[in-house]
Amino acid sequence: MAEEKRLMKGNEAMGEAAVRAGCDAYFGYPITPQNELTAYMARHMLDKKRVFIQAESEVSAINMVYGAAATGARAMTSSSSPGISLKQEGISYACGADVPLVVINVARSGPGLGGISPAQGDYFQSTRGGGHGDYYHIVLAPKSVQEAADLTYEAFDLADQWRMPAMVLADGMIGQMMEGVVLPQPKDPATRIAKPWASGNRNGRKDVNHVDSTHLVPEEFEQTNIARYKRYDEMKRLLPRWEEQHVEDADLILTAYGTSARVSLGAMQMARKLGLKVGLWRPITLWPFPEKRLGELAGKRFLTVEMSMGQYVEDVKLYTHGKSEVSFYGRCGGMIPTEEDLLAEIRRILKK
Amino acid sequence: MATKGKTEIDRERCKGCLLCIRACPTKVLAADVEPNSWGYYPSRVVAPEKCIACGNCFAVCPDVAITVYKL
Amino acid sequence: MELLYGHPKSLKPIQTKYCPGCGHGVIHRLITEVIDEMGLQQKSVILNPVGCSIWASIYFDFDSVQVPHGRTPAGATAVKRMLPDHLVICYQGDGDLAAIGTAEAVHAANRGEKFTTIFVNNAIYGMTGGQMAPTTLVGQKATTAPYGRDPVEAGMGYPIRVLEMLATLGGTRYLARGAVNNAANTRKTKQYIKKAFEAQMRGEGSTMVEILSQCPTNWAMDPVDSVGWVESDMIPFYKLGVVKDELSGSNEESREAAK
Repeated sequence: MAEEKRLMKGNEAMGEAAVRAGCDAYFGYPITPQNELTAYMARHMLDKKRVFIQAESEVSAINMVYGAAATGARAMTSSSSPGISLKQEGISYACGADVPLVVINVARSGPGLGGISPAQGDYFQSTRGGGHGDYYHIVLAPKSVQEAADLTYEAFDLADQWRMPAMVLADGMIGQMMEGVVLPQPKDPATRIAKPWASGNRNGRKDVNHVDSTHLVPEEFEQTNIARYKRYDEMKRLLPRWEEQHVEDADLILTAYGTSARVSLGAMQMARKLGLKVGLWRPITLWPFPEKRLGELAGKRFLTVEMSMGQYVEDVKLYTHGKSEVSFYGRCGGMIPTEEDLLAEIRRILKK
Repeated sequence: MATKGKTEIDRERCKGCLLCIRACPTKVLAADVEPNSWGYYPSRVVAPEKCIACGNCFAVCPDVAITVYKL
Repeated sequence: MELLYGHPKSLKPIQTKYCPGCGHGVIHRLITEVIDEMGLQQKSVILNPVGCSIWASIYFDFDSVQVPHGRTPAGATAVKRMLPDHLVICYQGDGDLAAIGTAEAVHAANRGEKFTTIFVNNAIYGMTGGQMAPTTLVGQKATTAPYGRDPVEAGMGYPIRVLEMLATLGGTRYLARGAVNNAANTRKTKQYIKKAFEAQMRGEGSTMVEILSQCPTNWAMDPVDSVGWVESDMIPFYKLGVVKDELSGSNEESREAAK
């Protein structure tokens, strides 16, 4: 089948990618700046006679996702920062019960009600297990509408394969902008991973299935957690993804994810034209983080660019093990860095 | 002729709540003076000949410790 | 000798952690009796949240999903939508349904979701040691209402009659209140459960059976006194019977009786 390139808004591209990945059930609640995604799912899930519910809250929505996923279905919800805060309990439960599901965060500025403009202030919440207890979940950070669609599509497979939530951490810029996107082919349901642990469809199965995160015996619970973290270790070996340009000869490496990385790319190109040796390093999986690769670049000088007061920058410092000088350029409150401002910062740092 | 019944109590399942004694219309049951292994004083059949298989004891028992037969 | 009343097949034959006299045990048995009679053990899924019902999945011999406190109707909504031919049971206590989970309960009921809620009302919070519940009666003592529930001076609110509240919603079809204080009420409650489950399997909803349950431990009474308190104090306030019946299978008489 010929590939089709379409001009699509980021929110809608993520919705279409989810539909093509075989999303069986979508549960959402309105919140700016992701409402186009919920509306897209309403139309397309109902058209395809799949399950769509506008829930009474983000809390209810994540619990509907959890319930659907517990039966083995591919289930998704989407929201933006304050709504993602509401979902943390449900995400913790899903991580504790090893239930795969997909959550899309189209991040906006915070804390509190904040603003509706783009921001990257949810890095800690996403990568440090924003809810209670010891856990991590997959976090994928797209930088474009194309990548947002690709990562949303892949999130369902990754979640199923590793039995955990997979979060797509976009921001209001990516959600709202329109770009050309080649959409993935609809996934053949026969290629889905089997879920013998799911509740329902017993069909003569002898043992009963309980999807449950309760563990009241400490000796056993400790072992459960240790086993889960061994799975995390395997994911850290196999899953990290990043993109880099001109890092080998760089005097300064810009490092950023998502929208900040796009702006950084533009600034890097402008700097290179001026003869400045600037590179770019962009993590795509925020968890599992590409620690090993960043560690190999330790010793280089970094400028971390973020739409926050400084969250991702802590990981840059952590994984360069004290061997790198790490500068920080942050905008927040919904402000977006510009290539010109970044270039000025680059020149200030390099004293050129 | 009136129905005759037989009621059996699983001593170890019984928690001695005594609701069956309250529910029985013919006073077949009473609390045992010997505790079970959990420390509960279970209900016990003391007047089996009075059982009419009404099933009230079974109905109120929270532990399904009782089985009722019709003779 | 003919066996008249024995252990349901879909209830595990193990001693429960519930307190002596607790209504949960009876309710578990009624549910599994109906499931056995309807032949649904292979197609049943129960959602059990938090509170004493956290144990429920240990005792029911069918699949389950444990959900966060109050979110049971949200989880059940999704489970039933994904498994429409299964019997889906949303098993909740009064805190789960009428405090933290009121939004989920109201909206699932209003959407006419096809699962059945079993609402165990013991007018107190059991598992956490006896705090005031939305269904605690005025004047009733609790650890967080040590002088008794006082709506006037202490602003503690009034007990909530959930079924009467939900009856106003367009999506509700069958709402009945039973009790397990004596054999007669227990048998009536089983019939309510059966009617609700049958409605669910016919594709009708939403259905809910509220069951007044004694809680000897947190009422500081022995079991026999506690069922007495259900009779003297709870039943006069939470009236037993069918609160709403708009099921297609119901005849005029039962619908009129509900009004």
